[in-house]
Amino acid sequence: MFDFLDSGQYDLLGAFWVTVQLTLYSAVGSLIWGTLLAGMRVSPVPLLRTFGTGYVNVVRNTPLTLVLVGCSLGLGQTLQFTLGGQDFKSIGFRLAVLGLVAYTSTFVCESIRSGINTVPVGQAEAARALGLSFRQVLTLIVLPQAFRSVVAPLANVLIALTKNTTVAAAIGVAEAAALMKKMIENESSALFAVFAVFAFGFIVLTLPTGLLLGWVSKRVAVKR
Amino acid sequence: MSATSVLYDAPGKRAKRRNVIYTVVFLVVFALAAWWILSVMADKNQLAAEKWSPFVKDSKVWTTYLLPGLGETIKAAALAIVIALPLGALLGIGRLSDHAWVRVPVGAVVEFFRSIPVLMMMIFAGALYVQFSNVSSDLRPLYAVVTGLVLYNSSVIAEVVRAGILTLPRGQTDAAKAIGMRKGQTMGYVLLPQAVTAMLPALVSQLVVIVKDTALGGAILGFADLLSQKDTIPANYGANTIATLVVIALLYIVLNFALTTFAGWLEKRLRGAKRSTGAVLGADDADQANAPGAPANASGA
Repeated sequence: MFDFLDSGQYDLLGAFWVTVQLTLYSAVGSLIWGTLLAGMRVSPVPLLRTFGTGYVNVVRNTPLTLVLVGCSLGLGQTLQFTLGGQDFKSIGFRLAVLGLVAYTSTFVCESIRSGINTVPVGQAEAARALGLSFRQVLTLIVLPQAFRSVVAPLANVLIALTKNTTVAAAIGVAEAAALMKKMIENESSALFAVFAVFAFGFIVLTLPTGLLLGWVSKRVAVKR
Repeated sequence: MSATSVLYDAPGKRAKRRNVIYTVVFLVVFALAAWWILSVMADKNQLAAEKWSPFVKDSKVWTTYLLPGLGETIKAAALAIVIALPLGALLGIGRLSDHAWVRVPVGAVVEFFRSIPVLMMMIFAGALYVQFSNVSSDLRPLYAVVTGLVLYNSSVIAEVVRAGILTLPRGQTDAAKAIGMRKGQTMGYVLLPQAVTAMLPALVSQLVVIVKDTALGGAILGFADLLSQKDTIPANYGANTIATLVVIALLYIVLNFALTTFAGWLEKRLRGAKRSTGAVLGADDADQANAPGAPANASGA
């Protein structure tokens, strides 16, 4: 039943490795961009707040598929952005990461913003009473506490991101879902076995992440 | 911390000047970025008037492509939520069962379908219909999309339902027991009706997720939804890819923004309602139900 695994015809581990790479690069990128967005949304400058809110509302309500197709079809093929990639494969990968970062960062931003809201008012008031500036209040006092309380929501975002990398199949990145589609077409007699293998792969990727980060979130949470 | 303004003092003279400087710097950077994008677009001839004008001048673009596509998107999303709701309610209640032989398998099913990407379920469902049914090939994409969405979302809704029931105060169950209700009656007459109200905002938020996920069918399974018009319109109106993508994006954003706003309004209204326990599941709880592993915990009340 599982003999298609031994044929050497399909690079199963390679496909999942692309999935992992997409996840890691996008996770780092969206953590940075999402934190910046959250900073903008609580900043004293009205225009920055408006930009942050507008960006989040627009991008969060766009389907990820459309974001990625826009990156590939719009930025890549029509406007010929290459993001420094050399060949078709690396350009596609980079555009996919760009799209995933643009989309996932809105969820990171919203998580961090709700984390900021869990920090007691007194913390920021005390910081201001010491004469700290907005940037100091945010980076030295509020964000460190906020991050500790949003480990669990951010873990959920990371898991959603892992699952969302499959959407990159829509723009021809050779990750797990793309390989699964190909295998289902070629090995139609082993349909259930193929599905089981890929489902197992994703459970291996997502479940431990959730359990591990769930444990971490309990360890680092600020006891109040 | 409710109001974010506790993060900074009311701006004085210097702070006001600094804010103006930041505003100007941001505007300059933003304008440069916009100018750069627009010049690249002009370079590739994407700003030409005839590429954008069909969307305002030619009603055929709307009646032949965009609106039917939007209709298919809404149809798939509506079918998916209508089928997934009762299934999800059953799974959610099953997971709260007192009998381990119901609770454990249902829990496994729910966790399984929450752990794997919805796209994989759509591809799998599509292949299933090819092999084991005689659904005609032009209906098959819709079937595949709806099946994939139902499999995934019924387990998400199961978690929402479970969290909705758990978020109700214990006194509700105790009171129902005290007047001699059986387990089924407690669930049917006391817990479920209140849980349904409490989880309405979360369900509307989930509907946004469903609408967004239908686009997968358009890009990968050949479903003739709104997103798939990214190919048909540029093919008929002179390669206006960028213009088409922008219009399609606007339609999705308007639809989803309306749903998101409605969910927010519902949540606020339900939280303020006097005649309830005040238990509400909002968008955050829906987000949580979408992630496997960590159970959606009751954060309402």
